[in-house]
Amino acid sequence: MAVTESRPRTRREARQRLGAYGRVQQAVNELDERVGIAKGGRALLDKIFPDHWSFMLGEIALYSFVVLVVTGIFLTLYYVPSSTQVVYHGPYKPLDGQRMSEAYYSTINISFSVRAGLLMRQVHHWAADVFVGSIVVHMARIFFTGAFRKPRELNWTIGIVLLILAILNGFIGYSLPDDLISGTGIRISYSILLAIPFVGSYLAFFLFGGPYPGTAILERFYIVHVLILPLIIIGLIGAHLGLLVRQKHTQFPGQGRTEHNVVGSPMFPQFAAKTTGFMLMVTGVLGVLGGYAQINPIWQFGPYEPTKISYAVQPDLYMGWLDGALRVMPSWEFTGWGHTLPWEVFLPAVIFPGLIFNICLAWPMIERRFTKDYALHNLLDRPRDRPKRTAAGAAMIALIFTVFAASSTDVLANYFHLSLNAVLWFFRIAVVVVPIIASVVTWKICVEMQEVPGAVKRKRAMIVSRTAEGEYVAVPAEARPGDEHEELDPEPVPLRIELPDTVGAAATTATAESGVRRVLR
Amino acid sequence: MSEPDEAHIRGEVGDTRVGNGHGPGAGDGHGPGAGDGHGPGAPLLPAVPADDPHLADAASDPRRVEAIIGLCFLVGIAGIAAFGGAYVEAANTQVLAGTLFGGLFFLGFGLAAWGKYLMPRGPFVEERHPLESSARDRQAMAAALVERTGIVVKRRKFLGAMLATGLGIFGVVAAFPLLRSLGPKPGSSLFKTNWKKGSLLVDLYGKPVHRTDMQVGGLLTVFPQGKEETLTAQAVDQAVLIRVQSTTLVTMKGRRDWAPDGYVCYSKVCTHLGCPVGLYEQLLELLVCPCHQSMFNVRDGAFPVFGPAPRPLPQLPVYFDSKGFLRARDGFDQPVGPGFWERTTQGNGRASST
Repeated sequence: MAVTESRPRTRREARQRLGAYGRVQQAVNELDERVGIAKGGRALLDKIFPDHWSFMLGEIALYSFVVLVVTGIFLTLYYVPSSTQVVYHGPYKPLDGQRMSEAYYSTINISFSVRAGLLMRQVHHWAADVFVGSIVVHMARIFFTGAFRKPRELNWTIGIVLLILAILNGFIGYSLPDDLISGTGIRISYSILLAIPFVGSYLAFFLFGGPYPGTAILERFYIVHVLILPLIIIGLIGAHLGLLVRQKHTQFPGQGRTEHNVVGSPMFPQFAAKTTGFMLMVTGVLGVLGGYAQINPIWQFGPYEPTKISYAVQPDLYMGWLDGALRVMPSWEFTGWGHTLPWEVFLPAVIFPGLIFNICLAWPMIERRFTKDYALHNLLDRPRDRPKRTAAGAAMIALIFTVFAASSTDVLANYFHLSLNAVLWFFRIAVVVVPIIASVVTWKICVEMQEVPGAVKRKRAMIVSRTAEGEYVAVPAEARPGDEHEELDPEPVPLRIELPDTVGAAATTATAESGVRRVLR
Repeated sequence: MSEPDEAHIRGEVGDTRVGNGHGPGAGDGHGPGAGDGHGPGAPLLPAVPADDPHLADAASDPRRVEAIIGLCFLVGIAGIAAFGGAYVEAANTQVLAGTLFGGLFFLGFGLAAWGKYLMPRGPFVEERHPLESSARDRQAMAAALVERTGIVVKRRKFLGAMLATGLGIFGVVAAFPLLRSLGPKPGSSLFKTNWKKGSLLVDLYGKPVHRTDMQVGGLLTVFPQGKEETLTAQAVDQAVLIRVQSTTLVTMKGRRDWAPDGYVCYSKVCTHLGCPVGLYEQLLELLVCPCHQSMFNVRDGAFPVFGPAPRPLPQLPVYFDSKGFLRARDGFDQPVGPGFWERTTQGNGRASST
């Protein structure tokens, strides 16, 4: 709409025409005239992010995914997804003259011949572990604070699908080097597919392109790992963040915080500076892990040969719990009517994870069945105020950790000079008992913590003074600046939100009373 | 903390509400602007008092923080530059990682500290607006969906059914190129191995095994001759040949002559998940699968004595040919490896192994 009548004669005039904000204003104008960015853009810059450390966990996941994409692109330039057998001749002498697949050959080359290749490979592997780990911790935060409640059930669902895809892509990714350990993992996954009743052998043959080892598995895994799953993950991350912006953040209750506002720092510049800095820090830490903490040294494992195997075969962090479940399961194969149903595989490797993820997906509905709470919630719960939910979450975490620990039965038995039988039976009992103990203890702690007076407040110094009569009086010191809004005042969380037409008035009043205000620059 | 008057806040909240929009070309943030719906001349943002504590830096001593951040940035710049140098010099992984970390972490730390300590401390508040539409809008949407669908379904029932049939058939047909072309049907391939009557037992390098080759306690992975080089055969046919003290060998019914001179041969594919049963506890005479610790008693028909494996390893009957080399008397009497749906109960335990 800015119609230029004539060309500006001097630079000064040109600058004046642009207005107080110069070229930035010009760029905004040009874009706004075409796509209308000003309204939404301004709103985005103003978006308020609550200040709480636990909101950072999802950011770790996001930034490790960014690192995964960047290092992954680097790796695709050198990795060859092929099971064609070749003979190694290269700088790593212990493998010289050995037969191996091109996939393994190229991964050895990345590690020893490509400049910074080993760093990129190890950072990629570490980033995958951190990605899955931080998703789980982020999910625990969401669970224990009740952030999954209405209206955020959909985002909870997307998050869990992301977790499943992250685990799946992690597994496929560490299978690609075709080393002895990952090759064994591929064989186990083939056998797990076989164990599925009715369709198992068809699934396995279609995925592998024939009976094990097939001809195509590395090539198929590769395209799934670098294209199909990453695209789905990127799409879902976009939806996850889009919903987050649309629904706005949750926040812990506290002074000036209501169901109808968000208190914190704005997107730009505060949050942008903090989160960009945090991204660089996450990348730096992943870099130092990749350089100093050796991970997946495939040249020590050797190339995959179907007849060979090594001792202490453990999968990656995020597959360990499934491996542990397979170990503790007794050998209960069912045979009859001319068919075989390998429960000893089907139950721990298919039913068990299916059940876990479905419980997680259905949790918002499960909880609603009991609480009958259909209200919208923007204020978070403190875990100890919801003892039953917290106990359920603790039981789930205890179960996963116990089966995870069970994936190292052989190593534990060797290390502590115990009988393998004793260790196995310990875990078979523990997977049942530990979650029960964890949930009861958690429930009890929560209930008791609710009864501790003043446990809500942050500790403050007590100023002890003596009166003229000689009596000692203790008075709590003033809160330090900045403490006020971080404290969780026992502001009652409303069961139902007010009707829409009263929202504006209520919010404004609350804002005024608390002295929190919105100031924009 | 200063208590601002209520009107002041109300004005601000109203004026800067997300989605309210501001015309381009407004003056500076404190100057006049045109807030939509507030008439011309209404201030975009009221004048903010200079001593407003919310706008002060979060740090109590900004100078010190500036110095620390400056130091971080210096380290960061040095680190990034050093990383570049290390890359050019093709330095080792540790040097690359150290410099990369030094660069990125300290730049990031400085930037995060800047955001946290050297910017207006706030807190700032943003109102939430209900996402839900009015009951009227909702009804309008539902009505549009139902009534317009009705136009298709009710008035042109037959055409609608034809379209649905076509798309349905496509859905089924599309599964063929998508799924069926991925691989062959299993057929009987899971029941077969390359072991046949008279197959010569050879090691990984094709060398046949003579009856004098192995001592008691010795172990060798064997394949049917001619197949030892192929991956598929290696994966399925692999068998483990162990020589045990023939006096202690428990032979089952019908297997009396399957292990001459204590040479027993079992499939090497674990009946749990198909890992190679690669460890041999010589003293206990147990074959151990390192994946999930299934143990098979070599002396007693490779029955599982520990762990999740449900079935014994199938035994390969062997004999000495006229020159003293080991050959298979026959193939396996059951499928090797883990269980699957089509697997029959044949060869499933002591009772059936007559």
